[in-house]
Amino acid sequence: MYNRGWVIAGIIGFLAIAAFPFYWSGIGQDTPFPKLELPAQEKRCVESKPFMRADHMRLLHAWRTAVVRDQMLIYTATDEKKYRMNLRDTCMGCHKSKERFCDRCHEYSNVTPPCWECHVAPPEEKL
Amino acid sequence: MTNRRQFLTAASAALAATVCGASNASPFQMGTMSPGPQARTAKRWGMAIDMKRCDGNCRQECIAVCHEVHNVPFIPKAEHEVMWLFEKPYENAFPERAHSRISKRLKRQKFLLLCNHCDDPPCVRACPTQATFKRKTDGIVMIDYHRCIGCRFCMAACPYGSRSFNFRDPRPFIKKINPGYPTRRRGVVEKCNFCQEILAVGGMPACVEGCKNRALVFGDLEDPNSEISRLLDEKHHMRRKPSLGTRPSVFYIV
Repeated sequence: MYNRGWVIAGIIGFLAIAAFPFYWSGIGQDTPFPKLELPAQEKRCVESKPFMRADHMRLLHAWRTAVVRDQMLIYTATDEKKYRMNLRDTCMGCHKSKERFCDRCHEYSNVTPPCWECHVAPPEEKL
Repeated sequence: MTNRRQFLTAASAALAATVCGASNASPFQMGTMSPGPQARTAKRWGMAIDMKRCDGNCRQECIAVCHEVHNVPFIPKAEHEVMWLFEKPYENAFPERAHSRISKRLKRQKFLLLCNHCDDPPCVRACPTQATFKRKTDGIVMIDYHRCIGCRFCMAACPYGSRSFNFRDPRPFIKKINPGYPTRRRGVVEKCNFCQEILAVGGMPACVEGCKNRALVFGDLEDPNSEISRLLDEKHHMRRKPSLGTRPSVFYIV
């Protein structure tokens, strides 16, 4: 191989630069899952915890279509409990803090839902 | 019922699962939905404005009530103005009927204007995303702000100027935000919704409640025994721009 020294040095240099994001952020070091503030007085959300974790966005989406377009108002959950389909009163009635609940997880998972551009978030209480 | 969006979502999910050779999507089992128990219903909501009673200079009050309830911004710059309920002189409200010899009272009086919730709404036909739609059950013409893309075709289509566009973020222009109702964002069109969110919980529209002269009558146009039907049977009234065939649900008793 011609110019062996240069080629190998070049490959190593390239890999060093290409892998920069990985070792700069620390290989194998997970960003810790954020601590979410859960409501103290309620044990169960509208649906079960795994459901809400995986599908809360689909539930909210179905709620908003039902309320805005189909004149629905009441949601009867799978455990027969009834809720008013209202982001502000029902969801944020328990999850009092948007910053310490919604935002923490959305930031962690790098999603930016536009809910609060129109809907009015409850005032944040200082801890 | 499966709508197009749900069908396409499911179809693309199935395709993706086939391509990837594995499906780990959790089954989406949701509860059921129903209308509110106190919801007011009608076959076709309508409003009659008695111009003999709507004669004070208090129009700014009902306008303020409406705009407070719905977080309508007050933007001083006229071309950025957002209006749900507003007043205009006779010749602007009824251009087809205006001429040089109208009575002094009409000339002086301002008319309270709002979305007409037409029976055949041109805005609905113009909307490319079905963000604006007419409810089949009660005829209210609504905007789904989630869907509005701000193309403003509906504003061009509306012959009554009832629609406003948010040229800028409205929040800084709202004096006191009512947390019970969302604001809008920059880039969507908005208008009066006949207070459907209040009707859904059994109330009456804010302007009707807020009118101290009881000049606004709200009710079911299809019910012959409703207050509004009896009033329209008795008194001489008119609608705006009848020649266009949009058949407004807002009547002016003169």
